[in-house]
Amino acid sequence: MTRPMLEARGLTLHFGAIPALVDVAIDVAEGEVVAIVGESGSGKTTLLRVLSGLMPPDAGTVRWLGEDVHAMGEAARRRLLRTDWGFVHQNPRDGLRLNVSAGGNVGERLMAVGARHYGNIRGEALSWLAKVEIDATRIDDLPRTFSGGMQQRLQIARTLVTHPKLVFMDEPTGGLDVSVQARLLDLIRSLSRELGLSVLIVTHDIAAARLLADRILVMRRGRVVEQGLTDRVLDDPQHPYTQLLVSSVLAA
Amino acid sequence: MSPVMEGYNFAYLDEATKRMLRRAILKAVAIPGHQIPFGAREMPLPYGWGTGGIQVTAAILGPSDTLKVIDQGADDTTNAVSIRRFFTRVAGVATTERTSEATIIQTRHRIPEQALREDQVIVYQVPQPEPLSRLEPRRAETKRLHSLADYGLMHVRLYEDIARYGHIAKAYDYPVMVNGRYLMAPSPIPAFDNPKMDRMPALQLFGAGREKRIYAVPPYTEVKSLDFEDHPFRPIRAPHACALCGSRESYLDEVITDDRGGRLFVCSDTDYCSGRVALREAAE
Repeated sequence: MTRPMLEARGLTLHFGAIPALVDVAIDVAEGEVVAIVGESGSGKTTLLRVLSGLMPPDAGTVRWLGEDVHAMGEAARRRLLRTDWGFVHQNPRDGLRLNVSAGGNVGERLMAVGARHYGNIRGEALSWLAKVEIDATRIDDLPRTFSGGMQQRLQIARTLVTHPKLVFMDEPTGGLDVSVQARLLDLIRSLSRELGLSVLIVTHDIAAARLLADRILVMRRGRVVEQGLTDRVLDDPQHPYTQLLVSSVLAA
Repeated sequence: MSPVMEGYNFAYLDEATKRMLRRAILKAVAIPGHQIPFGAREMPLPYGWGTGGIQVTAAILGPSDTLKVIDQGADDTTNAVSIRRFFTRVAGVATTERTSEATIIQTRHRIPEQALREDQVIVYQVPQPEPLSRLEPRRAETKRLHSLADYGLMHVRLYEDIARYGHIAKAYDYPVMVNGRYLMAPSPIPAFDNPKMDRMPALQLFGAGREKRIYAVPPYTEVKSLDFEDHPFRPIRAPHACALCGSRESYLDEVITDDRGGRLFVCSDTDYCSGRVALREAAE
């Protein structure tokens, strides 16, 4: 196997007396989709924030292509966050500018990395709206006039427009109804396969993890209790907590 | 001319305050376009009337200076007359309405039409020094954006204008990049005046009293208006000739003359206009 793009070792973080992360290690290789599952408060989102450089750990390192993410300057980290990386928030209102049109939202990352040709930016925005199945006539509409599912798709378009190598997703399907969830998951799967994206996705939805992920990490109380290939973990759970998690999925 | 008032220090402010202002100005000149905080004093005129500009002028004024004050290009409007009289009374300096005779020009919302020289200083009154204020209300965040030169946000605003109106709709306080580094609000001068700031021989100082910021553009510094490659910056000007002097180059004000739709366009720079009228009369 090739050397992983993202390598984290020994991540530890405490919020006061509460351990949020305890000696967590994780690798993400090129083109790989890794899911982090676990119950609320198990440290999933915190792990994502630490890995993406938004929050420093108490101990441990995060390396991106061999470079320590938390040791680099803020300017370099911000550049990474808008070029090689993308971050899709659980709530699209956190990731979008609601008072800026859909086209402006998609174009923002392009302009942030130096695109200065209006026609090209608009062309790129149109093509990305088509990819996430948003009608081209909505390009000048404000995101607040969009439905929840459309906002989430717009956020994905806005994130992917600069062709990142790794996208962090924090429960991207949370709060959406099941049919919209299904389409969104389908979209994420096809885009990540098409573009050869690496995705690190946090979810509490086991079914979504099975659909998308190559590998799965199960977290509980800040520790990774089990990890492995998705089918192996879900079909043959070893840890009692994973067994509980898998058995509590509702079948329709 | 009113006499110099007794009991005030030269140019109203005490020497310690002027020293503080000068330090801020020096720092501002050293980092073109960067906003320097300073301890703005209460001035005998309200915020929004030029308290920032007046403090900067007070700090750099010397007894041998000749002061010109303009408001929207005009020397004879209330704000300009009051500030000129203020400095006549508290500093006893000479004042003028002629751009060429002034050593310090304090301005609100215009740059004189006549090109400025190396031995002149122009002081702008600034209501809002932060060019990103409408886009990012958090001061701590805009400070970080400036330090990282992360100005994509401003281009998003211009993009929105083109998407909505077909052109960049900002006609005044048009954002500029100074020396290829800092995004700067040029104060509410018309976009028409932006090109005059680029490589201007005169020192340009900006004072914002309410917001307590000073910034500067040293002589011959590059000042570039933001734009897109396929939507280049255009200085906007009313497509008329001045009704008094006939100029087709100067920036025009629209004046309503009656309530039946009558109007005429005249130069906003009164000194420039009267100079041209005098020249024409002399020729006749």
